[in-house]
Amino acid sequence: MREKILAFIEKNSRIDLKELAIMLGVDVSAVVNELEAMENEHIICGYHTLINWEKTGIEKVTAMIEVRVTPQRGMGFDKVAERIYNYPEVESVYLISGGFDFMVTLEGRTLREVSQFVSEKLSPLDSVLSTKTNFILKKYKDHGTIMTEPAKDERMKITP
Amino acid sequence: MRNPLSKTIVEIEPSGIRKFFDVVNEMEDAISLGVGEPDFDTPWHIRDEGIYSLEKGRTFYTSNAGLRELKIEIAKYMERKCHVTYDFNHEIIVTVGGSEAIDIAMRAMLDPGDEVLIPQPSFVCYPPCATLANGVPVIIELQAENEFCLTAEEVERAITPKTKLLVLPFPNNPTGSVMSRKALEEIAEVVIRHDLFVLSDEIYAELTYGEEEHVSIASLPGMQERTIVINGFSKAYAMTGWRLGYACGPAVIIEQMLKIHQFAIMSAPTTSQYAAVEALRNGDEDILRMKEEYDGRRRYLLHRFREMNLECFEPYGAFYIFPCIKEFGMTSEEFAEKLLESEKVAVVPGTAFGASGEGFIRISYAYSLEDLKKALERIEAFITKLRK
Repeated sequence: MREKILAFIEKNSRIDLKELAIMLGVDVSAVVNELEAMENEHIICGYHTLINWEKTGIEKVTAMIEVRVTPQRGMGFDKVAERIYNYPEVESVYLISGGFDFMVTLEGRTLREVSQFVSEKLSPLDSVLSTKTNFILKKYKDHGTIMTEPAKDERMKITP
Repeated sequence: MRNPLSKTIVEIEPSGIRKFFDVVNEMEDAISLGVGEPDFDTPWHIRDEGIYSLEKGRTFYTSNAGLRELKIEIAKYMERKCHVTYDFNHEIIVTVGGSEAIDIAMRAMLDPGDEVLIPQPSFVCYPPCATLANGVPVIIELQAENEFCLTAEEVERAITPKTKLLVLPFPNNPTGSVMSRKALEEIAEVVIRHDLFVLSDEIYAELTYGEEEHVSIASLPGMQERTIVINGFSKAYAMTGWRLGYACGPAVIIEQMLKIHQFAIMSAPTTSQYAAVEALRNGDEDILRMKEEYDGRRRYLLHRFREMNLECFEPYGAFYIFPCIKEFGMTSEEFAEKLLESEKVAVVPGTAFGASGEGFIRISYAYSLEDLKKALERIEAFITKLRK
């Protein structure tokens, strides 16, 4: 059941729990209990909103920064990652296989704000060897959702 | 001038659904629950394969019976899904939708006067196809108390010395009914005893819900040699517009079907066939994903109708639910018209699928939950007014 609940709320975290229970064919209390359990186990880490900032008129820039680091003795990458992800302006930090170590996404109001962060906070860290900052020019799809207008129903209205 | 028309075709009634279609289409703000095709787009990897085949310039006819790779994939699919083994070379033909397969199967099997047993309510094409193949359609009126499943007794009662073919339209459009293994076994016994053949339209086979899996009558002992299975890509893979279906059956029948197909059609669309290969190879997960969604909506609709005290049996197949509206003292058609007029919700009257659909309406749940919720609120308001 967990898998099914997750499949539904991953796409729509605001789904009415009573409706969700009906669709899964279980009692609403069962759904509530499972959700609570998954929150406690930190399987569900939050219920966020996907916003197309471009349409709001609010200026935002997002950068994806490739970071190469030297892992710390005894701590591996985790300690370095922690130093980076504790900055609130950092959106996400992933350990990556391949040519660099971390992929850090960063949100700022302006280009300057982002580059300031990189040059003043990120690069000076002892274990950081190099960074490469890529600015996002346009978001086409995010969290499995296409950011353009929703598609219209092209079907004929009545078919056998 | 002489009459340019054939009597046979003039005497065939046009599809009842079309009348309604014109009215609904003129209403801009109507919510329709009247569509018989998935609301999902064809999964991208399948579309992509179609596009790729065009880019590669695969724009020619294929062999009449269909691409070899596709027939091989169909054979594998029938093996894993229905547990029936077909020789891809002689027992499978790729057609323009399931509808063409139904048409040419009847043409290949019927002689003038041969009777075809057609359970109704069911998809609209069986009686006219039988007539066009010089057969005589004999309607079996399915009963609401059996939840519109076909029983062996009903088949037995309809059999005459002229009966040749039984159409088995399950999972059913419009009722959503499915057949249990036991019921199929009883029917198979009658079919074998009377030396009949079966045209089993399993286009909705992938969309069955609940504990019991879809059973193909072809998988029952002694039935493969008497059964033409019709299936296709429209419903399972959301590929209605690609117009691609197929038939599996005994080589003697497929061989004759191929003759009609080769003269009338040549070959099914090439782009669609390449896309279909991809669908069968890598599409099982897409089916599952869509099925889960339908299943949730199905439960939701059933729950809501029960909340409204509208009589409705639980459908275990396709994407239709078939509530009873007899309590309102109107015909299905009147009910559908009034509902459209007063609440702007379009449903299809049960009678569009045969006289035995009287007193019922078909509601499709190939719509997003949001649309369904909106439509159901309107239906609820409508029946509350009627009950006052």
